[in-house]
Amino acid sequence: MTFAEDEILQTIRMVTVERLDIRTVTLGVSLLDCAHPDTAAAAGRVYSKVMRSAAALVATADAVAREYGIPIVNRRVSVTPVAWVAAACDDGDPVPIARALDRAAAELGIDFIGGYAALVHKGATDSDARLIASLPEALAVTHKLCGAVNAASSRAGINIDAVRDLGRAIRDLAQATADAGGAGCAKFVVFANAVEDNPFMAGAFHGPGEPELALHTGVSGPGAVRAALATLGPDASLTEVAEEVKRIAFKVTRAGELIGREVAARLGVPFGVCDLSLAPTPAVGDSVAAILEEIGVDAAGAWGSTAALALLTDAVKKGGAMASASVGGLSGAFIPVSEDAAMDAAAAAGHLSLEKLEAMTAVCSVGLDMVALPGDTTPDLLSAIIADELAIGVVNHKTTGARLVPVPGARPGDIVNFGGLLGRATVMPINQAGASRMLARGGRIPAPLHSLRN
Amino acid sequence: MTGDRAVVTVLGEDRVGIVAAVSAALATQGVNIEDIRMATMGDLFTMIALVSLTSTAAPFAEIQTALTGAAEALGVQAHIYRREIFDAMHRI
Repeated sequence: MTFAEDEILQTIRMVTVERLDIRTVTLGVSLLDCAHPDTAAAAGRVYSKVMRSAAALVATADAVAREYGIPIVNRRVSVTPVAWVAAACDDGDPVPIARALDRAAAELGIDFIGGYAALVHKGATDSDARLIASLPEALAVTHKLCGAVNAASSRAGINIDAVRDLGRAIRDLAQATADAGGAGCAKFVVFANAVEDNPFMAGAFHGPGEPELALHTGVSGPGAVRAALATLGPDASLTEVAEEVKRIAFKVTRAGELIGREVAARLGVPFGVCDLSLAPTPAVGDSVAAILEEIGVDAAGAWGSTAALALLTDAVKKGGAMASASVGGLSGAFIPVSEDAAMDAAAAAGHLSLEKLEAMTAVCSVGLDMVALPGDTTPDLLSAIIADELAIGVVNHKTTGARLVPVPGARPGDIVNFGGLLGRATVMPINQAGASRMLARGGRIPAPLHSLRN
Repeated sequence: MTGDRAVVTVLGEDRVGIVAAVSAALATQGVNIEDIRMATMGDLFTMIALVSLTSTAAPFAEIQTALTGAAEALGVQAHIYRREIFDAMHRI
Protein backbone atom coordinates (compact mmCIF):
# COMPACT_ATOMS: atom_id res chain seq x y z
CA MET A 1 0.00 0.00 0.00
CA THR A 2 1.30 3.46 -0.78
CA PHE A 3 -0.02 5.17 2.34
CA ALA A 4 0.92 4.85 5.95
CA GLU A 5 -1.90 3.94 8.32
CA ASP A 6 -1.57 7.21 10.16
CA GLU A 7 -2.07 9.19 6.95
CA ILE A 8 -5.25 7.34 6.15
CA LEU A 9 -6.53 7.61 9.69
CA GLN A 10 -5.69 11.32 9.78
CA THR A 11 -7.89 11.94 6.74
CA ILE A 12 -10.73 9.92 8.26
CA ARG A 13 -10.37 11.81 11.55
CA MET A 14 -10.28 15.20 9.84
CA VAL A 15 -13.58 14.42 8.15
CA THR A 16 -15.44 12.58 10.88
CA VAL A 17 -14.27 14.41 14.02
CA GLU A 18 -12.81 17.74 12.96
CA ARG A 19 -15.50 18.60 10.42
CA LEU A 20 -13.26 19.02 7.43
CA ASP A 21 -15.55 19.78 4.56
CA ILE A 22 -15.83 21.62 1.32
CA ARG A 23 -17.97 24.61 2.19
CA THR A 24 -19.23 25.07 -1.32
CA VAL A 25 -19.01 24.15 -4.94
CA THR A 26 -20.21 27.17 -6.86
CA LEU A 27 -21.01 27.11 -10.57
CA GLY A 28 -20.48 30.47 -12.24
CA VAL A 29 -22.89 31.10 -15.11
CA SER A 30 -22.69 33.97 -17.58
CA LEU A 31 -26.05 35.63 -18.23
CA LEU A 32 -24.77 38.12 -20.78
CA ASP A 33 -26.67 36.32 -23.55
CA CYS A 34 -29.95 36.67 -21.64
CA ALA A 35 -30.48 40.42 -22.07
CA HIS A 36 -33.77 41.36 -23.77
CA PRO A 37 -35.81 44.58 -24.09
CA ASP A 38 -38.85 42.82 -22.65
CA THR A 39 -38.27 42.17 -18.94
CA ALA A 40 -40.45 39.07 -18.85
CA ALA A 41 -38.54 37.63 -21.79
CA ALA A 42 -35.22 38.44 -20.13
CA ALA A 43 -36.37 36.76 -16.90
CA GLY A 44 -37.44 33.71 -18.91
CA ARG A 45 -34.06 33.51 -20.60
CA VAL A 46 -32.27 33.85 -17.25
CA TYR A 47 -34.37 31.08 -15.74
CA SER A 48 -33.72 28.75 -18.68
CA LYS A 49 -29.99 29.44 -18.78
CA VAL A 50 -29.51 28.73 -15.08
CA MET A 51 -31.69 25.60 -15.19
CA ARG A 52 -29.84 24.29 -18.23
CA SER A 53 -26.34 25.10 -16.95
CA ALA A 54 -26.76 23.78 -13.41
CA ALA A 55 -29.11 20.86 -14.06
CA ALA A 56 -26.59 18.25 -12.89
CA LEU A 57 -24.83 20.32 -10.21
CA VAL A 58 -26.50 18.89 -7.11
CA ALA A 59 -26.42 15.22 -8.16
CA THR A 60 -22.80 15.49 -9.30
CA ALA A 61 -21.63 17.24 -6.15
CA ASP A 62 -23.42 14.63 -4.02
CA ALA A 63 -21.84 11.74 -5.92
CA VAL A 64 -18.32 13.19 -5.71
CA ALA A 65 -18.71 13.95 -2.01
CA ARG A 66 -19.76 10.36 -1.37
CA GLU A 67 -16.99 8.78 -3.39
CA TYR A 68 -14.16 10.88 -2.00
CA GLY A 69 -15.49 10.99 1.52
CA ILE A 70 -15.36 14.76 1.93
CA PRO A 71 -18.75 16.36 2.62
CA ILE A 72 -19.81 19.26 0.39
CA VAL A 73 -21.94 21.53 2.57
CA ASN A 74 -23.42 23.87 -0.04
CA ARG A 75 -24.11 23.77 -3.78
CA ARG A 76 -24.41 27.23 -5.24
CA VAL A 77 -24.67 29.17 -8.47
CA SER A 78 -23.22 32.62 -9.16
CA VAL A 79 -24.30 34.69 -12.13
CA THR A 80 -23.33 37.79 -14.08
CA PRO A 81 -24.19 40.96 -12.13
CA VAL A 82 -27.89 41.37 -12.77
CA ALA A 83 -27.55 45.12 -13.32
CA TRP A 84 -25.84 44.33 -16.64
CA VAL A 85 -28.48 41.84 -17.73
CA ALA A 86 -31.33 44.19 -16.77
CA ALA A 87 -29.72 47.19 -18.46
CA ALA A 88 -31.36 46.26 -21.77
CA CYS A 89 -34.88 45.99 -20.30
CA ASP A 90 -37.20 48.75 -21.48
CA ASP A 91 -39.06 49.14 -18.18
CA GLY A 92 -35.79 48.90 -16.20
CA ASP A 93 -37.22 46.79 -13.37
CA PRO A 94 -34.73 44.09 -12.31
CA VAL A 95 -37.03 42.40 -9.74
CA PRO A 96 -38.59 39.90 -12.21
CA ILE A 97 -35.06 38.65 -12.89
CA ALA A 98 -34.52 38.28 -9.13
CA ARG A 99 -37.64 36.14 -8.95
CA ALA A 100 -36.54 34.06 -11.94
CA LEU A 101 -33.17 33.35 -10.32
CA ASP A 102 -34.80 32.41 -7.03
CA ARG A 103 -37.26 30.08 -8.76
CA ALA A 104 -34.41 28.37 -10.61
CA ALA A 105 -32.47 27.96 -7.35
CA ALA A 106 -35.47 26.38 -5.64
CA GLU A 107 -36.13 23.98 -8.50
CA LEU A 108 -32.48 22.97 -8.81
CA GLY A 109 -32.30 22.27 -5.07
CA ILE A 110 -29.20 24.43 -4.61
CA ASP A 111 -28.55 26.35 -1.41
CA PHE A 112 -27.90 29.87 -2.71
CA ILE A 113 -27.71 31.78 -5.95
CA GLY A 114 -25.60 34.93 -6.03
CA GLY A 115 -25.20 37.81 -8.42
CA TYR A 116 -28.00 40.27 -7.76
CA ALA A 117 -25.19 42.71 -8.05
CA ALA A 118 -23.85 45.98 -9.40
CA LEU A 119 -20.31 47.30 -9.71
CA VAL A 120 -20.43 51.03 -8.97
CA HIS A 121 -16.99 51.79 -7.53
CA LYS A 122 -16.49 54.68 -9.89
CA GLY A 123 -20.10 55.52 -10.65
CA ALA A 124 -23.50 53.96 -11.22
CA THR A 125 -25.20 53.41 -14.57
CA ASP A 126 -28.97 53.89 -14.71
CA SER A 127 -29.36 50.15 -14.41
CA ASP A 128 -27.01 50.00 -11.40
CA ALA A 129 -29.05 52.70 -9.66
CA ARG A 130 -32.29 50.84 -10.34
CA LEU A 131 -30.81 47.63 -8.97
CA ILE A 132 -29.65 49.35 -5.76
CA ALA A 133 -33.11 50.91 -5.35
CA SER A 134 -34.71 47.50 -5.85
CA LEU A 135 -32.57 45.67 -3.24
CA PRO A 136 -35.07 45.85 -0.35
CA GLU A 137 -37.86 44.40 -2.49
CA ALA A 138 -35.76 41.91 -4.47
CA LEU A 139 -34.07 40.34 -1.45
CA ALA A 140 -37.26 40.35 0.63
CA VAL A 141 -39.44 38.54 -1.92
CA THR A 142 -36.80 35.90 -2.67
CA HIS A 143 -35.32 33.19 -0.46
CA LYS A 144 -32.08 31.88 -1.95
CA LEU A 145 -30.94 34.95 -3.87
CA CYS A 146 -27.94 36.90 -2.63
CA GLY A 147 -26.81 40.37 -3.63
CA ALA A 148 -23.64 42.43 -3.63
CA VAL A 149 -22.57 45.91 -4.60
CA ASN A 150 -18.95 46.84 -5.21
CA ALA A 151 -18.80 50.46 -4.05
CA ALA A 152 -15.04 51.00 -3.89
CA SER A 153 -11.77 49.86 -5.39
CA SER A 154 -8.09 50.65 -4.95
CA ARG A 155 -8.08 51.99 -8.50
CA ALA A 156 -11.20 54.13 -8.30
CA GLY A 157 -11.58 55.10 -4.65
CA ILE A 158 -14.84 55.05 -2.70
CA ASN A 159 -18.15 55.99 -4.30
CA ILE A 160 -19.70 57.82 -1.35
CA ASP A 161 -22.93 58.55 -3.25
CA ALA A 162 -23.45 54.79 -3.56
CA VAL A 163 -22.41 54.18 0.05
CA ARG A 164 -25.03 56.70 1.19
CA ASP A 165 -27.74 54.99 -0.91
CA LEU A 166 -26.71 51.58 0.39
CA GLY A 167 -27.14 52.60 4.03
CA ARG A 168 -30.77 53.37 3.24
CA ALA A 169 -31.18 50.18 1.19
CA ILE A 170 -29.88 48.04 4.07
CA ARG A 171 -32.18 49.75 6.58
CA ASP A 172 -35.16 49.26 4.24
CA LEU A 173 -34.20 45.65 3.56
CA ALA A 174 -34.05 44.98 7.30
CA GLN A 175 -37.52 46.47 7.74
CA ALA A 176 -38.87 44.51 4.76
CA THR A 177 -37.70 41.31 6.45
CA ALA A 178 -38.47 42.42 10.02
CA ASP A 179 -40.42 39.25 10.84
CA ALA A 180 -37.21 37.27 10.28
CA GLY A 181 -34.99 39.57 12.34
CA GLY A 182 -33.89 41.55 9.30
CA ALA A 183 -32.45 38.37 7.79
CA GLY A 184 -32.69 39.82 4.29
CA CYS A 185 -29.55 41.77 5.16
CA ALA A 186 -27.70 38.48 5.68
CA LYS A 187 -28.01 37.99 1.93
CA PHE A 188 -26.36 41.26 0.96
CA VAL A 189 -22.81 42.57 1.13
CA VAL A 190 -21.10 45.82 0.17
CA PHE A 191 -17.56 45.33 -1.16
CA ALA A 192 -14.35 47.14 -1.83
CA ASN A 193 -12.24 45.33 -4.44
CA ALA A 194 -14.83 42.62 -5.04
CA VAL A 195 -13.38 39.52 -6.70
CA GLU A 196 -14.92 38.07 -9.82
CA ASP A 197 -14.57 34.40 -8.93
CA ASN A 198 -15.57 34.30 -5.27
CA PRO A 199 -17.56 31.14 -4.48
CA PHE A 200 -18.73 32.37 -1.06
CA MET A 201 -22.02 34.08 -0.27
CA ALA A 202 -23.41 36.61 0.01
CA GLY A 203 -20.87 38.14 -2.37
CA ALA A 204 -20.54 35.58 -5.17
CA PHE A 205 -21.04 36.80 -8.71
CA HIS A 206 -19.70 35.73 -12.10
CA GLY A 207 -17.40 38.53 -13.17
CA PRO A 208 -16.76 40.01 -16.61
CA GLY A 209 -13.42 38.25 -17.03
CA GLU A 210 -14.90 34.82 -16.42
CA PRO A 211 -15.69 32.20 -19.09
CA GLU A 212 -19.20 31.10 -20.03
CA LEU A 213 -19.24 28.64 -17.13
CA ALA A 214 -16.73 27.94 -14.34
CA LEU A 215 -16.80 25.68 -11.31
CA HIS A 216 -15.22 27.10 -8.14
CA THR A 217 -14.73 25.53 -4.73
CA GLY A 218 -14.47 27.12 -1.33
CA VAL A 219 -12.75 25.03 1.30
CA SER A 220 -13.40 25.22 5.02
CA GLY A 221 -11.77 23.31 7.83
CA PRO A 222 -11.20 25.57 10.86
CA GLY A 223 -11.90 22.55 13.08
CA ALA A 224 -9.01 20.64 11.54
CA VAL A 225 -6.65 23.59 12.05
CA ARG A 226 -7.67 24.00 15.67
CA ALA A 227 -7.25 20.29 16.37
CA ALA A 228 -3.76 20.31 14.86
CA LEU A 229 -2.75 23.28 17.00
CA ALA A 230 -4.15 21.59 20.09
CA THR A 231 -1.90 18.60 19.38
CA LEU A 232 1.05 20.95 19.04
CA GLY A 233 0.56 22.10 22.62
CA PRO A 234 1.06 25.41 24.43
CA ASP A 235 4.87 25.38 24.31
CA ALA A 236 5.24 25.45 20.54
CA SER A 237 6.59 28.76 19.27
CA LEU A 238 4.53 30.96 16.97
CA THR A 239 6.85 29.99 14.12
CA GLU A 240 5.90 26.37 14.73
CA VAL A 241 2.23 27.33 14.98
CA ALA A 242 2.42 29.04 11.59
CA GLU A 243 4.14 26.01 10.05
CA GLU A 244 1.46 23.68 11.41
CA VAL A 245 -1.32 25.89 9.99
CA LYS A 246 0.46 25.78 6.62
CA ARG A 247 0.61 22.00 6.71
CA ILE A 248 -3.09 21.61 7.48
CA ALA A 249 -4.08 24.32 4.99
CA PHE A 250 -2.14 22.42 2.35
CA LYS A 251 -4.07 19.23 3.00
CA VAL A 252 -7.43 20.93 3.22
CA THR A 253 -6.79 22.82 0.00
CA ARG A 254 -5.64 19.72 -1.85
CA ALA A 255 -8.92 18.09 -0.91
CA GLY A 256 -10.84 21.14 -2.15
CA GLU A 257 -8.94 21.28 -5.39
CA LEU A 258 -9.43 17.57 -6.08
CA ILE A 259 -13.16 17.74 -5.37
CA GLY A 260 -13.53 20.88 -7.49
CA ARG A 261 -11.68 19.46 -10.46
CA GLU A 262 -13.64 16.23 -10.28
CA VAL A 263 -17.02 17.98 -10.10
CA ALA A 264 -15.95 20.28 -12.97
CA ALA A 265 -14.80 17.33 -15.10
CA ARG A 266 -18.03 15.43 -14.57
CA LEU A 267 -20.08 18.53 -15.41
CA GLY A 268 -17.92 19.20 -18.45
CA VAL A 269 -17.13 22.78 -17.40
CA PRO A 270 -13.75 24.44 -16.74
CA PHE A 271 -12.45 24.44 -13.18
CA GLY A 272 -12.20 27.99 -11.91
CA VAL A 273 -10.53 28.58 -8.56
CA CYS A 274 -10.05 27.05 -5.17
CA ASP A 275 -10.82 29.66 -2.52
CA LEU A 276 -8.59 29.01 0.48
CA SER A 277 -10.77 30.62 3.09
CA LEU A 278 -11.25 29.13 6.53
CA ALA A 279 -15.01 29.41 6.78
CA PRO A 280 -16.58 28.70 10.16
CA THR A 281 -20.05 27.35 10.81
CA PRO A 282 -22.17 27.70 13.96
CA ALA A 283 -21.35 24.07 14.86
CA VAL A 284 -19.25 23.73 18.01
CA GLY A 285 -15.55 23.49 17.14
CA ASP A 286 -15.96 24.65 13.54
CA SER A 287 -14.71 28.06 14.53
CA VAL A 288 -12.05 30.56 13.49
CA ALA A 289 -12.34 32.28 16.87
CA ALA A 290 -11.49 28.95 18.53
CA ILE A 291 -8.25 28.87 16.52
CA LEU A 292 -7.34 32.32 17.83
CA GLU A 293 -7.99 31.04 21.35
CA GLU A 294 -5.87 27.96 20.65
CA ILE A 295 -3.05 30.23 19.48
CA GLY A 296 -3.29 31.93 22.85
CA VAL A 297 -5.58 34.95 22.93
CA ASP A 298 -8.19 34.88 25.68
CA ALA A 299 -11.12 35.41 23.31
CA ALA A 300 -11.79 36.71 19.83
CA GLY A 301 -11.55 40.49 20.14
CA ALA A 302 -9.12 40.38 23.06
CA TRP A 303 -5.90 42.35 22.64
CA GLY A 304 -3.64 40.23 20.50
CA SER A 305 -6.47 39.03 18.27
CA THR A 306 -5.37 41.08 15.28
CA ALA A 307 -1.84 39.69 15.50
CA ALA A 308 -3.07 36.11 15.86
CA LEU A 309 -5.48 36.55 12.95
CA ALA A 310 -2.70 38.02 10.81
CA LEU A 311 -0.57 34.94 11.47
CA LEU A 312 -3.50 32.64 10.68
CA THR A 313 -4.56 34.36 7.46
CA ASP A 314 -1.02 34.46 6.14
CA ALA A 315 -0.25 30.84 7.00
CA VAL A 316 -3.47 29.65 5.37
CA LYS A 317 -2.51 31.45 2.17
CA LYS A 318 1.04 30.11 2.18
CA GLY A 319 -0.04 26.51 2.76
CA GLY A 320 -2.93 26.72 0.36
CA ALA A 321 -1.13 28.51 -2.45
CA MET A 322 1.28 25.62 -2.84
CA ALA A 323 -1.54 23.10 -2.84
CA SER A 324 -3.62 24.55 -5.63
CA ALA A 325 -2.85 25.35 -9.25
CA SER A 326 -5.55 27.98 -9.27
CA VAL A 327 -6.08 29.98 -6.12
CA GLY A 328 -8.66 32.73 -6.17
CA GLY A 329 -11.73 34.12 -4.54
CA LEU A 330 -11.23 35.71 -1.15
CA SER A 331 -8.68 33.28 0.35
CA GLY A 332 -7.84 33.87 4.00
CA ALA A 333 -9.94 33.53 7.13
CA PHE A 334 -13.54 34.58 7.61
CA ILE A 335 -14.68 36.14 10.85
CA PRO A 336 -18.46 36.32 10.57
CA VAL A 337 -19.89 36.98 14.02
CA SER A 338 -23.18 35.09 13.85
CA GLU A 339 -21.77 32.14 11.88
CA ASP A 340 -19.05 31.37 14.42
CA ALA A 341 -20.26 30.31 17.86
CA ALA A 342 -17.06 31.39 19.62
CA MET A 343 -17.11 34.78 17.87
CA ASP A 344 -20.66 35.37 19.06
CA ALA A 345 -19.77 34.23 22.57
CA ALA A 346 -16.92 36.77 22.60
CA ALA A 347 -19.30 39.50 21.45
CA ALA A 348 -21.86 38.55 24.09
CA ALA A 349 -19.17 38.60 26.80
CA GLY A 350 -18.06 42.06 25.73
CA HIS A 351 -14.61 41.04 24.50
CA LEU A 352 -15.39 41.68 20.85
CA SER A 353 -16.41 45.24 20.08
CA LEU A 354 -17.38 46.57 16.70
CA GLU A 355 -14.25 48.71 16.67
CA LYS A 356 -11.97 45.74 17.40
CA LEU A 357 -13.75 43.72 14.77
CA GLU A 358 -13.03 46.47 12.26
CA ALA A 359 -9.36 46.35 13.19
CA MET A 360 -9.31 42.58 12.70
CA THR A 361 -10.81 42.97 9.23
CA ALA A 362 -7.63 44.75 8.16
CA VAL A 363 -5.85 41.38 8.29
CA CYS A 364 -8.62 38.87 7.54
CA SER A 365 -10.02 38.03 4.15
CA VAL A 366 -13.32 39.85 4.18
CA GLY A 367 -14.72 42.32 6.62
CA LEU A 368 -17.49 43.23 9.03
CA ASP A 369 -19.43 40.08 8.38
CA MET A 370 -22.80 39.09 9.80
CA VAL A 371 -22.78 41.75 12.46
CA ALA A 372 -26.11 42.29 14.23
CA LEU A 373 -26.73 45.96 15.08
CA PRO A 374 -29.47 47.72 17.05
CA GLY A 375 -32.70 48.25 15.12
CA ASP A 376 -32.56 52.03 15.49
CA THR A 377 -29.20 52.30 13.73
CA THR A 378 -29.71 55.08 11.20
CA PRO A 379 -28.94 54.70 7.48
CA ASP A 380 -26.21 57.33 7.85
CA LEU A 381 -24.52 55.36 10.63
CA LEU A 382 -24.68 52.22 8.48
CA SER A 383 -23.16 54.17 5.59
CA ALA A 384 -20.40 55.55 7.79
CA ILE A 385 -19.50 52.05 9.05
CA ILE A 386 -19.45 50.82 5.45
CA ALA A 387 -17.26 53.75 4.34
CA ASP A 388 -14.71 52.94 7.06
CA GLU A 389 -14.64 49.28 6.11
CA LEU A 390 -14.22 50.05 2.42
CA ALA A 391 -11.40 52.49 3.19
CA ILE A 392 -9.45 49.66 4.83
CA GLY A 393 -9.76 47.61 1.66
CA VAL A 394 -8.99 50.45 -0.73
CA VAL A 395 -5.84 51.58 1.03
CA ASN A 396 -4.54 48.06 1.70
CA HIS A 397 -5.27 46.72 -1.80
CA LYS A 398 -7.45 43.96 -0.42
CA THR A 399 -11.05 42.90 -0.53
CA THR A 400 -13.17 44.09 2.35
CA GLY A 401 -16.90 43.85 2.80
CA ALA A 402 -19.69 44.83 5.12
CA ARG A 403 -22.62 42.53 5.77
CA LEU A 404 -24.55 44.43 8.42
CA VAL A 405 -27.88 43.44 9.90
CA PRO A 406 -29.72 46.23 11.75
CA VAL A 407 -32.19 43.96 13.52
CA PRO A 408 -35.60 45.70 13.64
CA GLY A 409 -36.70 46.41 17.20
CA ALA A 410 -33.56 44.92 18.72
CA ARG A 411 -31.35 46.54 21.36
CA PRO A 412 -27.73 45.81 22.28
CA GLY A 413 -27.46 42.44 24.00
CA ASP A 414 -30.57 41.00 22.37
CA ILE A 415 -30.10 37.68 20.63
CA VAL A 416 -31.31 37.10 17.09
CA ASN A 417 -31.41 33.72 15.38
CA PHE A 418 -31.00 33.67 11.61
CA GLY A 419 -31.04 29.86 11.34
CA GLY A 420 -28.88 27.35 9.52
CA LEU A 421 -25.39 28.38 8.46
CA LEU A 422 -26.21 32.02 9.20
CA GLY A 423 -26.28 31.19 12.90
CA ARG A 424 -27.27 33.41 15.82
CA ALA A 425 -25.89 36.71 16.95
CA THR A 426 -25.87 38.98 19.94
CA VAL A 427 -26.78 42.52 18.93
CA MET A 428 -23.65 44.65 19.34
CA PRO A 429 -23.67 48.12 20.89
CA ILE A 430 -22.72 50.92 18.55
CA ASN A 431 -21.13 54.33 18.89
CA GLN A 432 -23.94 56.74 17.90
CA ALA A 433 -21.61 59.42 16.56
CA GLY A 434 -21.42 59.22 12.79
CA ALA A 435 -20.48 61.20 9.72
CA SER A 436 -23.71 62.54 8.22
CA ARG A 437 -22.11 65.80 7.16
CA MET A 438 -19.30 64.00 5.36
CA LEU A 439 -21.76 61.69 3.61
CA ALA A 440 -23.94 64.65 2.60
CA ARG A 441 -21.04 66.08 0.65
CA GLY A 442 -21.36 63.14 -1.75
CA GLY A 443 -18.88 62.47 -4.51
CA ARG A 444 -16.01 60.04 -4.52
CA ILE A 445 -13.08 59.64 -2.18
CA PRO A 446 -10.18 59.50 -4.66
CA ALA A 447 -8.05 56.43 -5.09
CA PRO A 448 -4.91 56.41 -2.95
CA LEU A 449 -1.60 57.48 -4.43
CA HIS A 450 -0.30 53.94 -4.61
CA SER A 451 -3.05 53.11 -7.12
CA LEU A 452 -0.80 54.77 -9.69
CA ARG A 453 1.24 51.67 -10.37
CA ASN A 454 1.72 51.78 -14.12
CA MET B 1 -9.98 11.25 -13.99
CA THR B 2 -12.01 8.81 -11.94
CA GLY B 3 -9.59 6.27 -10.51
CA ASP B 4 -9.99 2.53 -10.19
CA ARG B 5 -8.82 2.07 -6.61
CA ALA B 6 -10.30 2.91 -3.28
CA VAL B 7 -9.29 2.75 0.37
CA VAL B 8 -11.50 0.87 2.80
CA THR B 9 -11.19 1.55 6.51
CA VAL B 10 -12.92 -0.27 9.34
CA LEU B 11 -12.80 0.96 12.93
CA GLY B 12 -14.53 -0.37 15.99
CA GLU B 13 -14.59 -2.73 18.94
CA ASP B 14 -12.86 -6.01 18.11
CA ARG B 15 -15.04 -9.08 17.72
CA VAL B 16 -15.21 -12.32 15.78
CA GLY B 17 -15.98 -12.05 12.08
CA ILE B 18 -15.25 -8.45 11.16
CA VAL B 19 -12.75 -9.26 8.42
CA ALA B 20 -14.92 -12.09 7.15
CA ALA B 21 -18.02 -9.93 6.94
CA VAL B 22 -16.28 -6.97 5.33
CA SER B 23 -14.46 -9.20 2.84
CA ALA B 24 -17.67 -11.00 1.97
CA ALA B 25 -19.50 -7.72 1.37
CA LEU B 26 -16.73 -6.53 -0.95
CA ALA B 27 -16.56 -9.91 -2.74
CA THR B 28 -20.30 -9.90 -3.33
CA GLN B 29 -19.89 -6.55 -5.07
CA GLY B 30 -17.05 -7.89 -7.19
CA VAL B 31 -14.45 -5.72 -5.45
CA ASN B 32 -10.92 -7.18 -5.27
CA ILE B 33 -8.80 -6.64 -2.16
CA GLU B 34 -5.22 -5.87 -3.22
CA ASP B 35 -3.64 -5.11 0.13
CA ILE B 36 -4.93 -5.37 3.66
CA ARG B 37 -3.57 -4.47 7.07
CA MET B 38 -5.06 -4.96 10.46
CA ALA B 39 -4.15 -3.95 13.94
CA THR B 40 -5.71 -4.11 17.36
CA MET B 41 -4.99 -1.57 20.05
CA GLY B 42 -6.52 -2.94 23.20
CA ASP B 43 -10.17 -3.51 22.29
CA LEU B 44 -10.01 -1.28 19.23
CA PHE B 45 -9.80 -2.99 15.87
CA THR B 46 -8.59 -1.15 12.77
CA MET B 47 -8.44 -2.45 9.26
CA ILE B 48 -7.22 -0.64 6.18
CA ALA B 49 -7.49 -2.17 2.73
CA LEU B 50 -6.59 -1.01 -0.74
CA VAL B 51 -9.16 -2.35 -3.17
CA SER B 52 -9.48 -2.44 -6.94
CA LEU B 53 -12.72 -1.43 -8.62
CA THR B 54 -11.73 -2.63 -12.10
CA SER B 55 -13.22 -6.04 -11.41
CA THR B 56 -16.69 -4.69 -10.67
CA ALA B 57 -19.47 -3.04 -12.62
CA ALA B 58 -21.36 -2.07 -9.46
CA PRO B 59 -21.92 1.67 -8.93
CA PHE B 60 -19.77 3.20 -6.18
CA ALA B 61 -22.81 4.10 -4.10
CA GLU B 62 -23.97 0.48 -4.12
CA ILE B 63 -20.58 -0.81 -2.97
CA GLN B 64 -20.56 1.82 -0.25
CA THR B 65 -24.03 0.84 0.96
CA ALA B 66 -23.14 -2.86 1.05
CA LEU B 67 -19.93 -2.18 2.97
CA THR B 68 -21.38 0.17 5.56
CA GLY B 69 -24.38 -2.14 5.99
CA ALA B 70 -22.15 -5.12 6.76
CA ALA B 71 -20.10 -3.05 9.19
CA GLU B 72 -23.09 -1.62 11.00
CA ALA B 73 -24.45 -5.13 11.54
CA LEU B 74 -21.26 -5.82 13.55
CA GLY B 75 -21.34 -2.50 15.37
CA VAL B 76 -18.22 -1.12 13.66
CA GLN B 77 -17.71 1.80 11.29
CA ALA B 78 -16.56 1.35 7.71
CA HIS B 79 -15.68 3.90 5.06
CA ILE B 80 -14.72 3.56 1.42
CA TYR B 81 -13.15 6.55 -0.32
CA ARG B 82 -11.51 6.81 -3.72
CA ARG B 83 -7.76 6.71 -3.25
CA GLU B 84 -7.16 10.04 -5.04
CA ILE B 85 -8.23 11.93 -1.93
CA PHE B 86 -5.34 10.38 0.02
CA ASP B 87 -2.92 11.08 -2.82
CA ALA B 88 -4.07 14.69 -2.85
CA MET B 89 -3.78 15.25 0.87
CA HIS B 90 -0.60 13.35 1.65
CA ARG B 91 1.55 13.45 -1.51
CA ILE B 92 3.04 16.46 -3.23
